[in-house]
Amino acid sequence: MIFQDKVDLIIVGAGPAGLAAAIAARESGVSSLLVLERENEPGGILRQCIHNGFGLHRFSEELTGPEYAWRDIVRARELDIPILCSTTVLSVSKDRKVSFVSKEAGFRSVQAGAVILAMGCRERPRGSLCTPGTRCAGIYSAGTAQRFVNLEGWMPGKRVVILGSGDIGLIMARRMKLQGAEVLACVEIMPYSSGLNRNIVQCLEDYRIPLYLEHTVTNIVGRDRLEKVTISRVDSNRRPIPGTEKDFDCDTLLLSCGLIPENELTRGIGVELSAATSGAVVTEKLETSVPGIFACGNVLHVHDLVDYVSEESFAAGHAAAAYLKAGAAAASAAPENRIHVTDGPGVRGTVPQLIDPDPEADIRLMFRPSGVFRNSTAVVKSGETILMKKKAMIFTPGEMVSLSLPAARLADVVNGSIELSIERN
Amino acid sequence: MNYKTDILIIGAGISGCSLARELSRFKADVAVIDRGNDLAEGATKANSGIVHAGYDAKPGSNKARLNVAGAQMFPALCELLGVPYRQAGALVIALNGQDRAMLEALLERGLKNGVQQLSILSREEALAMEPRLNPELVAAMSVPTSGIVSPYELAFAMADDAAINGVRFFLNREAAEVCRTEDGFRVTAGPDVFECRVLVNCAGASAAAIHNDLTGDSLEMIHRRGQYYLLDHAASDVFSRTIFQCPSAMGKGVLVSPTVHGNLLIGPTAEDIPDPLDTATTQEGLDNILLTAKKTWPELNVRANITNFSGVRAHLAADDFLVGPVTGCPGAFEAVGIESPGLSSAPAIGRELAGQIADYLALERKSRLNDYPVPPKPFREMTDEEKAEACRRNPEYGSVICRCEVVTEAEVRGAIRRPVGARTIDGVKRRTRAGMGRCQGGFCLPRVAAILAEELHCDLSDIRKDGSDSFLVTGPLADPEERKTV
Amino acid sequence: MEQMVTCICCPVGCRMTVTLNESGEFVSVTGNTCARGANYARQECTAPERMITAVIPVSGSPVPLSVKTEKPVPKALIFEIMKEIRALNVPLPVSIGQVVCPNVLNTGVNIIATRGLS
Repeated sequence: MIFQDKVDLIIVGAGPAGLAAAIAARESGVSSLLVLERENEPGGILRQCIHNGFGLHRFSEELTGPEYAWRDIVRARELDIPILCSTTVLSVSKDRKVSFVSKEAGFRSVQAGAVILAMGCRERPRGSLCTPGTRCAGIYSAGTAQRFVNLEGWMPGKRVVILGSGDIGLIMARRMKLQGAEVLACVEIMPYSSGLNRNIVQCLEDYRIPLYLEHTVTNIVGRDRLEKVTISRVDSNRRPIPGTEKDFDCDTLLLSCGLIPENELTRGIGVELSAATSGAVVTEKLETSVPGIFACGNVLHVHDLVDYVSEESFAAGHAAAAYLKAGAAAASAAPENRIHVTDGPGVRGTVPQLIDPDPEADIRLMFRPSGVFRNSTAVVKSGETILMKKKAMIFTPGEMVSLSLPAARLADVVNGSIELSIERN
Repeated sequence: MNYKTDILIIGAGISGCSLARELSRFKADVAVIDRGNDLAEGATKANSGIVHAGYDAKPGSNKARLNVAGAQMFPALCELLGVPYRQAGALVIALNGQDRAMLEALLERGLKNGVQQLSILSREEALAMEPRLNPELVAAMSVPTSGIVSPYELAFAMADDAAINGVRFFLNREAAEVCRTEDGFRVTAGPDVFECRVLVNCAGASAAAIHNDLTGDSLEMIHRRGQYYLLDHAASDVFSRTIFQCPSAMGKGVLVSPTVHGNLLIGPTAEDIPDPLDTATTQEGLDNILLTAKKTWPELNVRANITNFSGVRAHLAADDFLVGPVTGCPGAFEAVGIESPGLSSAPAIGRELAGQIADYLALERKSRLNDYPVPPKPFREMTDEEKAEACRRNPEYGSVICRCEVVTEAEVRGAIRRPVGARTIDGVKRRTRAGMGRCQGGFCLPRVAAILAEELHCDLSDIRKDGSDSFLVTGPLADPEERKTV
Repeated sequence: MEQMVTCICCPVGCRMTVTLNESGEFVSVTGNTCARGANYARQECTAPERMITAVIPVSGSPVPLSVKTEKPVPKALIFEIMKEIRALNVPLPVSIGQVVCPNVLNTGVNIIATRGLS
């Protein structure tokens, strides 16, 4: 590969977000682009998500993770999109200079006209839970265990307890069971699971794996390898209740306690981040606070469905292409004219946080409910004016809400701000 | 196996490694045994990492003398060995009148012990230096010579230096039996027997038991556990110095300190426990740390916590180190009760004991030493030009294994290939920082394990996290037997 | 005979009660809020089916091969089919979509590769 000092577009990450962004950018006419991927093949986390359930919205069929990724990889190949694998981006500067390393290329700095950040997310580790006990072997994040099993062919253990009932934890409960392990319990600190009903049924109930709601792991025992975990019931403040302890003899504890957008590079650039999403603050064009730098997929906010990651990333790819075409001079609305989108009651982490008052298309608004709301309505308001509403029988934190706000409705925005909320019917 | 050696050191913690390095300067056979699966597996890997200035110990005590002497050796020693060390300075804060009086006593003690540059600061002066401090403090003592160091990295470096100068290290060798022979000692450890002329007891938590075996004394070791929080780089700018509260009978109290790697350390607790290997953390202990540390840092939050850990200090009731020849047991030497300020004292303990042993055996100094292989600058600290050059020299620098701490394949392999190289996931972690970051190895663990398996020519199922039974995986997915049946 | 079923069709997760006659045939369902749910409950109580996905080690490849049943298979056969899958020896190269085990356990369903390996 011959390196040029300048590239129109650099995309960081070749997971579902990076691939979709690259495809969209190429299809919008970006001829010089480069995708940088730290793994040895494209596909991102989908490579290890061998279960089915991906692509229902986008392809109207149920694919496994590798199959979903394959479709984008094939398309990227057809479009002759260069993807450099085993390549780690070390830094991106405000003026879009991207430094990266690989064994083949060594250390490189390339000036990009635009950058799309698509690094994905990572799992919350044990440390962030402050769970007491020993620091023995056998405690893995569910994704690390998934990698061991599905990409490397090793069993992490034989008697398993799972902390957290997020989808990855549920999926891993079934995987471990099908590979011959005993799965003793799935433990969830909240009164509800954040996983899909389908996964509760098909990953736990099918295999009679008990789900302990409002419980957490309160002790970890084992000098070298894990020997035992203690779980306890928690009160409404999610503090353990003494006297409710229950022990499980196990050699493995898998943690599925949430995902965090991986924004170390983003922070290094000086991009403004949102406390609610842990991702960048973006406009409806997925542009960050630094002009020419875009973000999409799980690095922007953690999605439930890869279909929506792809959709969002196509948009980012098109937006980056438009940015490159127009040149910096044609930047969208002056920052002070932008509409601010804020989270009201029941709403957390709306993306985008900023909207051009005169957008080219309808606005996709996505957020996560802050709790479980039955028979409620998601409301988009500006001042006292209701811009749009969406009723649902249930809103849960496990399912991101996606609203399409017609561009024309922005004419009714007052004081340059919009608030989203969930109201009970 | 049967090994004969001039000098046998029991314990490859900071004292044993320091002594091994000092003895490697003499013409003598030296061996070090340790029960751990790596060096520095006891208190050395789990302490505050502070190089104390020496104001705290009682004047005239071994602690006072060795602390002050040892601390003065740190800057040059760490420079030579390429070990992260920084003279960050410290403040001891007084939160009430009683504490204020204590500061005066500490200052006076420090002056007696020979500590330089101590001074008492007003509330305003202290807050100007560390604006995040509790505004209710009444005064503080400034300790500019206080330092921070990576304790296990110092032990590794000293062991490596010793090893390239002829010292042999034997891990997974717990001294089961220690007995006198006609011309020295015989130690049974695991499958091996070591015969030596001089025996040195640097056995940390087990040191009192060995001392008693040799002397018939009934020295009692108190195992004092200290638990910690370690916060991410995101919290690194809270304090630029180590902040102590006033010491109590149980030790120096809860500190909040930057580390040499840009983390923030909070702890320790001080609990006397029966089992020195019980390095678990407890809810009560962790809660106590937060409660106490809030007096130093009122806005304390542990959202940025990346791990909790604990270490067990070897405390003697007499509250002083036992360092030197073992009374009534010629040929035996010891460093017993090496708790805080043991790290600060280690260079001096090693030098003092080596001198005594060299005299006892009438050892000659070697005329030339092998040069210590100073580890290359960590990739994450290199300039762009240095990174480019490193990748040109060794393409494995282009392969980043640990994202959080930016550790490359070249460095992981380098750690395994050091003279006393890493053999475990935690061994690699402590030598390179791979897995020390915010994701706590979630990403790099399978990669480090694969490199270890490749370097050590073994299966992934042979790789351990830390201790000898800390296996990572239980086996391959498919049972080979089952596959043959079809 | 009554059977409880949690609906998996949407996040509402209706708790449905299905009535079956003595021969296990579907009679009625209550507790559903939509027709999709009723269909699901009927299927789940009379002939439950599942997709199976797994990986199998392939000699010569550090990465195992991910596979799936081409269509859902009877739930009762999950463990037996897993045993068949675990016993598979697939030679390299493998392409995505390739049948690695035709008509597993006479279910009429093939096991196919969900990725390529070379």
